[in-house]
Amino acid sequence: MNSRLTEAGLFLDRVTIALDGREIVTLTRRVAPGAVLTVMGPSGAGKSTLLAYVGGFLDPAFTASGRAYVDDVEITALKPEARHMGILFQDPLLFPHMSVGGNLMFALPQEVRGRRARRERMCRALEGVGLAGLEERDPATLSGGQKARVALARVLASAPRALLLDEPFSKLDAALRAQMRELVFAKARESGLPVLLVTHDVADAQAAGGDIVEIGG
Amino acid sequence: MRRTVLSLALMALGAVPALADAMNPDPRKWDEVLAGARGETVYFNAWGGSQNINAYIDWAGGELMQRYGVTLKHVKLEDTATAVTTVVAEKAAGRDTAGTVDLIWINGENFAAMKRQGLIMAPGWAEELPNWSYVDVENKPTIRTDFTIPVDGLESPWGMAKLVFFYDSARTDADALPQDADGLLEWAKANPGRFSYPQPPDFIGSSFLKQVLAEKIADRTLLQQPVDEASFDAVTKPLFDYLDALNPLMWRSGRAYPQNYPAMKQLLADAELDIIFAFNPAEASSAVANGELPDTVRSFTFPGGTLANTHFLTIPYNAAAKAGALVAANFLLSPEAQARKQDPAIWGDPTVLALGKLDADDRARFDAIDLGVATLRPDELGPALDEPHPSWMERIETEWKRRYGVAN
Amino acid sequence: MLTRLGPVLAIGLLTAPVAFGLAGTILPAFGFLPALGGTGFSLAPLMALAGEPAIVYSALMSLVTGLVTTLVSLGVVMLFTAAWSGTRAFARVQHLISPLLSVPHAAAAFALAFLIAPSGLLARMISPELTGWHRPPDLLVVHDPMGLAMMAGLVVKEIPFLLLVTLAALPQVHPARTRALIAAMGYGRIGGFVFGLWPQIYPQIRLPVFAVIAFATSVVDVAAILGPTTPPPLAVRLVGWMNDPDLSMRFLASAGALLQLAVTAAAIGIWIVLEKLTARLRERCACAGLRLRGDAPVRWTAFGLMLLSALTIFAGLATLALWSFAGLWQFPDALPASFELRNWARVLPHLLDPLLTTLIVGLVSTAVATAIAILCLAREDEMGRPPGRGALRLIYLPLIVPQVAFLFGLQLLFILIGSVATMTALILAHLVFVLPYAYLCLKDPWRAFDRRYDQLAAGLGKAAWRRFLLIRLPMMTRPVLTVAAIGFSVSIGLYLPTLLIGAGRLTTVTTEAVALASGGNRRVIGIYAFLQMMLPAIGFAVATLVPALIFRRHRDMQV
Repeated sequence: MNSRLTEAGLFLDRVTIALDGREIVTLTRRVAPGAVLTVMGPSGAGKSTLLAYVGGFLDPAFTASGRAYVDDVEITALKPEARHMGILFQDPLLFPHMSVGGNLMFALPQEVRGRRARRERMCRALEGVGLAGLEERDPATLSGGQKARVALARVLASAPRALLLDEPFSKLDAALRAQMRELVFAKARESGLPVLLVTHDVADAQAAGGDIVEIGG
Repeated sequence: MRRTVLSLALMALGAVPALADAMNPDPRKWDEVLAGARGETVYFNAWGGSQNINAYIDWAGGELMQRYGVTLKHVKLEDTATAVTTVVAEKAAGRDTAGTVDLIWINGENFAAMKRQGLIMAPGWAEELPNWSYVDVENKPTIRTDFTIPVDGLESPWGMAKLVFFYDSARTDADALPQDADGLLEWAKANPGRFSYPQPPDFIGSSFLKQVLAEKIADRTLLQQPVDEASFDAVTKPLFDYLDALNPLMWRSGRAYPQNYPAMKQLLADAELDIIFAFNPAEASSAVANGELPDTVRSFTFPGGTLANTHFLTIPYNAAAKAGALVAANFLLSPEAQARKQDPAIWGDPTVLALGKLDADDRARFDAIDLGVATLRPDELGPALDEPHPSWMERIETEWKRRYGVAN
Repeated sequence: MLTRLGPVLAIGLLTAPVAFGLAGTILPAFGFLPALGGTGFSLAPLMALAGEPAIVYSALMSLVTGLVTTLVSLGVVMLFTAAWSGTRAFARVQHLISPLLSVPHAAAAFALAFLIAPSGLLARMISPELTGWHRPPDLLVVHDPMGLAMMAGLVVKEIPFLLLVTLAALPQVHPARTRALIAAMGYGRIGGFVFGLWPQIYPQIRLPVFAVIAFATSVVDVAAILGPTTPPPLAVRLVGWMNDPDLSMRFLASAGALLQLAVTAAAIGIWIVLEKLTARLRERCACAGLRLRGDAPVRWTAFGLMLLSALTIFAGLATLALWSFAGLWQFPDALPASFELRNWARVLPHLLDPLLTTLIVGLVSTAVATAIAILCLAREDEMGRPPGRGALRLIYLPLIVPQVAFLFGLQLLFILIGSVATMTALILAHLVFVLPYAYLCLKDPWRAFDRRYDQLAAGLGKAAWRRFLLIRLPMMTRPVLTVAAIGFSVSIGLYLPTLLIGAGRLTTVTTEAVALASGGNRRVIGIYAFLQMMLPAIGFAVATLVPALIFRRHRDMQV
């Protein structure tokens, strides 16, 4: 137990999730900052349920026990918005009623004060994913690859403590997929974020390079 | 006991002011009435089925606001009985002040019902109104006797009514027009489907029944007494024999009826009916002026006489704005308001005032009115038949409903 | 939590008025109404009801009207959907029909009357050239004793309603795939639909169908405008007794309302038996493998009927508009001799009060209903599950219990607490009817929202209320405004609740129009009915244009 206290990253301590009394996930794992833990399994095995648990929006139909920590702080009982778990889904899910810049500004933490400072941060975040100058655009006018990059920039802009990736590359075509993988993992390493990746694509797991856990099946 | 509990509960809820007994305004102290009326809102419950009349009431509301600071709200009724119901319900619920009805356009059975149940502001106030001095009490006996019931100043006269028939001279031969109820039946035989009357208990429809009853009954003086149940069937047999003969000859073979006078007017315009009738001699001219009837429409009456009566305004015993209602009733009785009302271009309702009692200016207002081509001159209107006691109307309406109202 | 209030308010607002109203109706029906001196129980009111002439005839007419109306409108909708769904013609007709949902019943009834009366537009168009009629024929077309005109008026209004609820249920049964599958087995379009898809769709639209039965068995405004008069259907007679100056008639009216309740229940009962019988028939045909491939005549008939019902209302509404500007217009002229603005100029000043009441009551009740519906749905999100079937039935309660049956009692209640004819009481009464529609129309789009947007925003560190205000609501702008427009149109169309709770002192465009109907002044009716139709249309225009304007630079927020 004590060793945990001195180490940063994401720690899942005897996490068990059950539906109607049937256990679907049981897991104890540590993910160091910048490292990736890949959870693999067939559809319906409960991969996304695990992400929902860590993110704090588990459907009340499930029961869960165990604890989750980020950087020594227990998050198990926190509201989702207090956990600061950045999420990427397989769809970019850019808010359609905001501009590209609006999406990023919405994500920036409140602590970044002042219009100018926030705009600057937003522009830098766009630059960081190679999309400088697109801040006024309507998300609907972007290409698939651009949308994925904006989604990444948005989650990073929110200064998360960890990244939860729910098959984030599965809807991209092959060329884009490789590019995005590289970008996402590079950014995670750069920011020192522990990453929990859920996928059924072995190539994702290989690219991530971290531990692999198989569940279900 | 239960009633007491209920009214206590109502008081606790604040629905009824605890001290119920407000003094009625005294029309003899008119300045006090005027002062009390300022700022009051008068809910005027009046039949709202005619746009002409609604517009006239609206005009009166504007004048009342401007001159006396009284707000007049026209509560448009399909049936005056609704207003009576409201007052009865309020009395039953113990709401003896701050009632929701302040002024009612009324006569006949509704007046009789309200008077009988003590639902009218008392003692008699109508003859104390300043404008009462112009009223033609001498030549218009129905002003003091409403359907055989003594008025006793419990309602203020507003307008005169007489049953008059209309036809379109472009379509219908004036020489063949009926001269009495029997003639009407003959005419209907020659022109099947071209006559009808509004479905009783519509006021105009019931009036037609009373007209026939008055013509056909053996002893007309019986109608001045309340109905005698024992002899009712025998006495009214001529009426229902007549209707048995007439109804199948009518519009839609008597299987449907126009709902009221305006509906009948539309049917005359559409050439579905050839002879219609109204309780207002100027109705036809007014409809011509409004483009609702062609200008070839003309009037006629029965030489033997048709029903005539007066319609009134009354104030419920629990009205919230009694002073305002008095001011409104008095204004509607004024020569100016009465003259405007008589103009067929506005409404065309004959005045209750005696022109001889007016000063020259006011008389000139009446002289200036163009009664229109379709209106008979007062001397052409023929004799007036008295309205029967209100119990007759209720009784023959019930009988009519039983016989013809559920014919199918 | 605020959201916890949602379901409580909704259930309270829907069930309390119905429950109190029913009590206030049923007790007097058995002679108990202390305020009128009825302190004991007796069967006298029911006996008096039994003694009313031709009461059985009136009740039967209501029963038959309800069943025939529902049968015809549901039949047309089913056959039309079966024959044409998925085609371009279907989409076109759907666009044509949808706006008709917002046309108030009274306006649709006027539209039909103006069209088919012996002196109506149809007769004028073909006279005297084709018919030889120089004056209207003496035919009992409107107010006919069989109630055919009344049923037609109800059918043309219920078809759009049933079509739209069917369309809402359709996507959940994957019609395109299933249709292809069934067609591959060699079934005709209609047969395949009735055997394969309808049994899945029908359970979802069953409650709306019951609502149609309840409405048609107890309708007052349409019956007064088009229905028989000698005698009129039950509900019309009830309202007549209610307005009788003799207050003891309230006992009779209450007994009649009880009968109305029984008539509606009987109609629904008969309908359930019909459901069972037709289901058995359908199963037998399906098991026999009847392919029913030669259905072209039925397909075209369904199409024709659907088109006819829509065009009837449109033509009728156009006639109404024409009359509102007409000068003298004699039979058999197809057009008025002159057009004038005088009618409007005359009526407009009198319109202000009812128009204001209409707008205030409509907007407030819609706003409150929409807010409560959103709270309920937000609460469901928190709970993670939709309410059970029981709760859903409660939402339908005000639509399935005949209006007259509980509005009498509700009016009495308001009279007793001295708040009849107040704006609050009227808004409350409207809410009872607006809320179910708001909830039912909002729930699907609300649940269709991709919850991952919310999770994502939570991951970005946003508190629940900010996610709700900054993400959920803006993204739901269009459905919320559409629901508001629907609620507004429901409120505008409400006749009986306004008549009874407004007690003649608070009038809306609809009560004024029906009151004027008896006067037969086509010009004035034309104006009021025209307005009745325009107000909801404006509501829908706002619901379409506002989001289009706000989100003009956001392509994914367009339709």
